[in-house]
Amino acid sequence: MIAELGQFLLVAAFVLALTQGILPLAGAVRGDAVWMSVARPAAVGQFAFIAVAFGFLTYAFITNDFSIQYVASNSNTALPLRYRIAAVWGGHEGALLLWVLVLTFWMVAVSVFSRSLPEEMVARVLGVMGLVSVGFLAFMLFTSNPFDRLLPAPPDGRDLNPLLQDLGMVLHPPMLYMGYVGFSVAFAFAMAALMSGRLDAAWARWSRPWTTVAWVFLTLGNALGSWWAYYELGWGGWWFWDPVENSSFMPWLVGTALIHSLAVTDKRGAFRNWTVLLAILAFALSLLGTFLVRSGVLTSVHAFASDPRRGIFILALLVIIVGSSLTLFAWRASRVGTSGTSGRFEPVSRESMLLANNVLLMVATGTVMLGTLYPLALDALGLAKITVGPPYFDAVFVPVIAPALFLMGIGPIARWKKASLPDLAVRLRWALGVSLVLALLLPFTLGRWDPMVSFGLALAVFIAATSAVSLWERVRHATTGASAWTRLAGTSRAFYGMLIAHVGVAILVAGITLVKGYEAEKDVRMGLGDTVELAGHTFLLRNVSDVAGPNYIAARATLEVTRKGARVATLHPEKRRYRTQEKPMTEAAIDPGFARDLYVTLGDQLNATTWLVRVLYKPFVGWIWGGALLMALGGLLAAADRRYRIAARAPREADYAVAARGPQPTPV
Amino acid sequence: MAERAVEREMRKAGVAALVPGLVAFVLLLAFGLAGGALAKEAAPAADDPVLERRVMAVAAKLRCLQCQNQSIAESDAPLAIDLRNQMREQMRQGKSERDVVDFLLARYGDFVLLRPPLKPVTVLLWTGPILLFIAGLIALFYQSRRPRAAPEVELSETEHARALRLLRAGSGRKP
Repeated sequence: MIAELGQFLLVAAFVLALTQGILPLAGAVRGDAVWMSVARPAAVGQFAFIAVAFGFLTYAFITNDFSIQYVASNSNTALPLRYRIAAVWGGHEGALLLWVLVLTFWMVAVSVFSRSLPEEMVARVLGVMGLVSVGFLAFMLFTSNPFDRLLPAPPDGRDLNPLLQDLGMVLHPPMLYMGYVGFSVAFAFAMAALMSGRLDAAWARWSRPWTTVAWVFLTLGNALGSWWAYYELGWGGWWFWDPVENSSFMPWLVGTALIHSLAVTDKRGAFRNWTVLLAILAFALSLLGTFLVRSGVLTSVHAFASDPRRGIFILALLVIIVGSSLTLFAWRASRVGTSGTSGRFEPVSRESMLLANNVLLMVATGTVMLGTLYPLALDALGLAKITVGPPYFDAVFVPVIAPALFLMGIGPIARWKKASLPDLAVRLRWALGVSLVLALLLPFTLGRWDPMVSFGLALAVFIAATSAVSLWERVRHATTGASAWTRLAGTSRAFYGMLIAHVGVAILVAGITLVKGYEAEKDVRMGLGDTVELAGHTFLLRNVSDVAGPNYIAARATLEVTRKGARVATLHPEKRRYRTQEKPMTEAAIDPGFARDLYVTLGDQLNATTWLVRVLYKPFVGWIWGGALLMALGGLLAAADRRYRIAARAPREADYAVAARGPQPTPV
Repeated sequence: MAERAVEREMRKAGVAALVPGLVAFVLLLAFGLAGGALAKEAAPAADDPVLERRVMAVAAKLRCLQCQNQSIAESDAPLAIDLRNQMREQMRQGKSERDVVDFLLARYGDFVLLRPPLKPVTVLLWTGPILLFIAGLIALFYQSRRPRAAPEVELSETEHARALRLLRAGSGRKP
């Protein structure tokens, strides 16, 4: 009964989505207020239907209703409750339902937080999102229905892939989808601006906080995915250039370009066309990612679904959405984009540097895309079967991103419109000096000098140092406030957000550099009571015992770690065998630390008392995710800037008039 | 008879196994509880660590064919383990890294290489990033050279509000 109700709700949501996709858009064209007013209730209704359907599916998982095909394929009576809930999005159909749930959630958010926007704008934005929703609901109903019955019902389910039975599975996909799908808001705003012909600073200001929040979620989603792979896959890697990772990394790169480009459009009125194009591309790449992962064209750990019907449907959806938006762009952008007389800037200016960085980010995205799609294309054309692995990406990505990181240090210091190189050089001399000296000397304190380590550290320290310079100048030149403290307090959240996010990038770069430069590992055969030395730490194997989990049995080792005789940690790596899927899994044990992680995995048993053990020393690996967290925090702070809230509270007409003025005199 | 013999052997083995333990126990008592100092350093997993390092260095550049996106060095899939054994054996017999890679290339083709080789079909793959980079530079150059429209005109707030009213009235939109 639950399944039929869920099915009915999906159909009802589909009909609502159609209504929302047609009436408000037509209403905006005809100037019909009644038609436009359909947008908000339709969005809320859709969310309610999808949320209840999602609740029904979750209920079916909790109660082990194996008469539903999807539940039977992805769950099991022995699966712990929290993973039965996470299993709702553990397979193809449920992941799509989550996708649509998140889309409708963003719609409701737009309809609630858009009280200050012109009704016409809201109608267009929600209308575009409604059309996207139509596509995905149709995809679900026609090819991937999560409520399909399986009769007669099997006594037990096939269980969730053991790799996915982890806290990471509970958190990672919802975060990632919030980001991915969140770009649909930026996309819808861009489409609405093109349709209305008002591609102005007001549009940029409206879509800025939305884009930033989506970017924050995508940053967290990617970081969580990386951290999860690190501790779950058991060989200590944290980024694999896996096609699935790439497909969520590409929207992140474009999204990063987009939030910067939006800032310029908001502040200076420049880059309008470019910003619109980026908004389209960010969402297009989110869709491409969905296609790559959900169609099964990549046969990777992540892609469980393989059914050509689905691939073709979603490819058609991708072509329609991207094709129509680019057509609209080509048709309207030339008319609405260049009308602005503002936004002039010199070749050396903050605008130029942001533009250069945007171009570099796009080249980086193109490079990742090339490496991801090239083997698929060659294979599809029957030309060759090749693998494009991490060595390729390392070789081509780093040279593109390194100049972008360098520019990232200079950009915030440079003046808008016109900057002078000698002036920049003078203001940056301390930052440059400090970063060069530290980059040359720091590697010696860590044991061994290496050119790549020096290079990476130079970039990291440079970004951090220029952020400090930028804060210092802000305080010194502030016109209000007597003491440094009041000046600091008077500085906008957006500025602090930028600083924190940039320092986050510096920390991330430092983490990557140091872990790549100084990581160490040892593979040993350990008898009980044996020790192994690694990077100054002594690991002693105390014992190995059998333990039983809810749906697995495991061998659990106890290792004591000491450093110069002092106890550091006790680690319990496990080797599990899941009963239903008969898969062996290694559960690494990690002692995380500020300056290093110790990472131990238990391998095969060689004889009664001897085991293969792998110990890894990962210096500063935690900085990678710490840096990403800071980036997300910076993004949140920027999105919470007062300017957006003041704009939201002001009367609609006045706000529009002020925002439409284009370039704002306010700094940063 | 046979059973008795087996039993005796087992008992003997048991006693034999006990002896080092007893010795360790006595030593442990003798040296106090400095257990860590007594423990022996674990043997490397490989019989020949130098050879193993060479094998793993090569294996890290090769794709595990059974799994997705893992190198032969990282994977515990049966085929990867088997291939590592074969590589180890070949290198022990004096074959070079090059020979081992050639052997796998002959067997599995370019698919096995994580770093795709430069060939006619991969020219675009390897030159693509450079071409994109150059295209980006050209776009930037073009952008910086583009002649600008009329100079910036700053409207006052009242002018703006008026322009807006006129625009709205002109397009015949409902308020």
